Amino acid sequence: MIPRHLLIGVAALLVLVVTMGIYVRHMRRRAGEIEASAVNALPVAPPASGPTEAVTLYVADDAAEMLRARSAQIPLPGGRQQRAEELLRALLRIYQQPGSAHPLSPASDIRSIYLVDPGAAVIDLNAAFADQHRSGILSEQLTVNSLVETLAVNVPGIQRVNILVEGKTRDTLAGHVDLSESFDVITVEQAGGQ
Amino acid sequence: MRWSSRLQFSVPGSQFSVGNGVVRTENWELRTRVLAILVAAVTLLSAALAADEERISVYSPVAVYSLPVLERGGREYVGLLELLEPLGRVSSQTSGRRWRLRYNTVDAEFAAGKTRAKIHGRDFDFTAPFLMENSRGLVPLNSLSALLPRFLGTAVNFRESARRLFIGDVGIQTSFRLDASTPPRVVLNFSAPVNPTIATEPGRLRMVFKRDPVVSPGSQSISFDNKVITHASYSENNGDAELDVAANQPLMATFSNDRKTIIVSAVPPTPAPPVGVGPGPQNPAQASAAANAAAAVHRVLVVVDPAHGGEERGAALTDTLAEKTVTLGFGRLLRHELEVRGFAVTLLRDADTGATLDQRAAAANVARAAIYISLHAVSQGSGARVYTALLPVEGTSNGLFHPWNAAQAPALPVSRLVSAAIVTEMQKKEFPVRASSASLRPLNNLLMPAVAIELAPGPDGVADLTFANYQQRAASAIADAVVSVRDRLGVQP
Repeated sequence: MIPRHLLIGVAALLVLVVTMGIYVRHMRRRAGEIEASAVNALPVAPPASGPTEAVTLYVADDAAEMLRARSAQIPLPGGRQQRAEELLRALLRIYQQPGSAHPLSPASDIRSIYLVDPGAAVIDLNAAFADQHRSGILSEQLTVNSLVETLAVNVPGIQRVNILVEGKTRDTLAGHVDLSESFDVITVEQAGGQ
Repeated sequence: MRWSSRLQFSVPGSQFSVGNGVVRTENWELRTRVLAILVAAVTLLSAALAADEERISVYSPVAVYSLPVLERGGREYVGLLELLEPLGRVSSQTSGRRWRLRYNTVDAEFAAGKTRAKIHGRDFDFTAPFLMENSRGLVPLNSLSALLPRFLGTAVNFRESARRLFIGDVGIQTSFRLDASTPPRVVLNFSAPVNPTIATEPGRLRMVFKRDPVVSPGSQSISFDNKVITHASYSENNGDAELDVAANQPLMATFSNDRKTIIVSAVPPTPAPPVGVGPGPQNPAQASAAANAAAAVHRVLVVVDPAHGGEERGAALTDTLAEKTVTLGFGRLLRHELEVRGFAVTLLRDADTGATLDQRAAAANVARAAIYISLHAVSQGSGARVYTALLPVEGTSNGLFHPWNAAQAPALPVSRLVSAAIVTEMQKKEFPVRASSASLRPLNNLLMPAVAIELAPGPDGVADLTFANYQQRAASAIADAVVSVRDRLGVQP
């Protein structure tokens, strides 16, 4: 005969186990929802606040097959690296607007920019930037030229630019333009002027 | 190698007993040589067999293709699944000796070794037994005329002796006409554009139509009352049609009327300047036997590289059309256009196969090509764009050796010249075209002048990219441009 207090103890433990199981399941579901909402959110960082500065953005125009210089007033932080990131994010927002002359995916983002002395900049794009970029020599080259020229004109001292995707070297942007080598700013500017 | 003795011997190819064990000694070097000879023999034999491979050409409104013909028991057979596959949705199922096939909505059942089959619920009798090999259904070639209408619901015309199968009204009508001008010429008119392979022999010009459903002009042979061009003949064999023009002088062929007309004429007694020397020929579109002969002395090798291929599809031009498909077709047309202008051409891929960018660059460099042309296609924009290399920052030469990523540097000025020539020729053909630079491999890795051409849609949109006429116009302009800069290109020793 099992003592009564032992039966009550086992029953209480069983209830506790079932309750814990239900709670864990609930928490896992909630964590999944939070993760999904984080993924769905546009990764473009909000613009920095504070006083604005006049900058020149080199905006690609697919139909005209060229870059167009466009003046803009954007708030820029003090640090050189942060300025570079804000610049390119401002450029990216133009491409992500409906009816853009050079549309890029809304999920595209600049993960980070590293300014490496002497004169080298490394742009780290997110995976969506490259994976969802339209494939074609012209479209890809315009994107690269736009990033390089905008950076070089507004951040003094940059002579060459490397482009990474998710922190790694990638062969091409979207099947054509080579990302494995540095882009020489002067060469890109000359090519853009052709 | 296995031995059960403590001793090791080196007597070539021998096997003998030592004590209780058996020792096998092998002369690996000898075996390797024998193996190499065998492999070489098999390769040569395969090549010889492939050259004479019997095949059937199929022409239909949706696809033109050829299939191998198999000989079984003294009769010719062809794979039914392979035959129907390009024409519609096909599936097959094997169950023992039964083979079931479904083509669109038509069901059929065949039995290996039997001459009777059931197609769409009705009996069909073959002239020879149906065969099955590795789950493939083989049908006798001489049953196709009766068999295919059961599946396709349309008339077919099978020229069995020539192994040419016409599905529907696809034949290209041909007519001959002698124009007794000076020099005399034969005008061949076709009801649709054609793309024959042209070869010249002493006193003869042969046009072989491998993919064009050209049909007989009525008479198989016509004699002309002319001292120079004596007669022309038409023949069909092994899936090809052939038009021959015989003459007492060297002949040349010229395309016109959007490739619906071929004019075969005698080469004028005063030889034209060789292609690309000096100002170039008056009409660079001429497929001239004389030009070919002159060029044979200093053959200029052009490497044409249809970009992408295999697993790498390139841009998705439509939901179903990949860039790699357009570049391959475009590459084949460009090869033809260059060949008729007297150039030797290497097409880096002639099928849906892939290669790395380094492999493509190495192939062109090793071949010591005079010029490299990479072909791309895109669904945005219109016309074409011509690109030269945008060299990276580390592009300085180091004496005799060039960095791999900037090997193009010494040839870049000529590449730009070629690019400008292509722009000029394409504008003549009313193509909207622009030249630019792009960071595009393998352009950077090439030692010779190199350009990439991105073909964009024409007035009719993306559909233009697959139209032979549109590609043909672009290919012709590019080939004309290469002719115009031939004297600036390196010539193979």
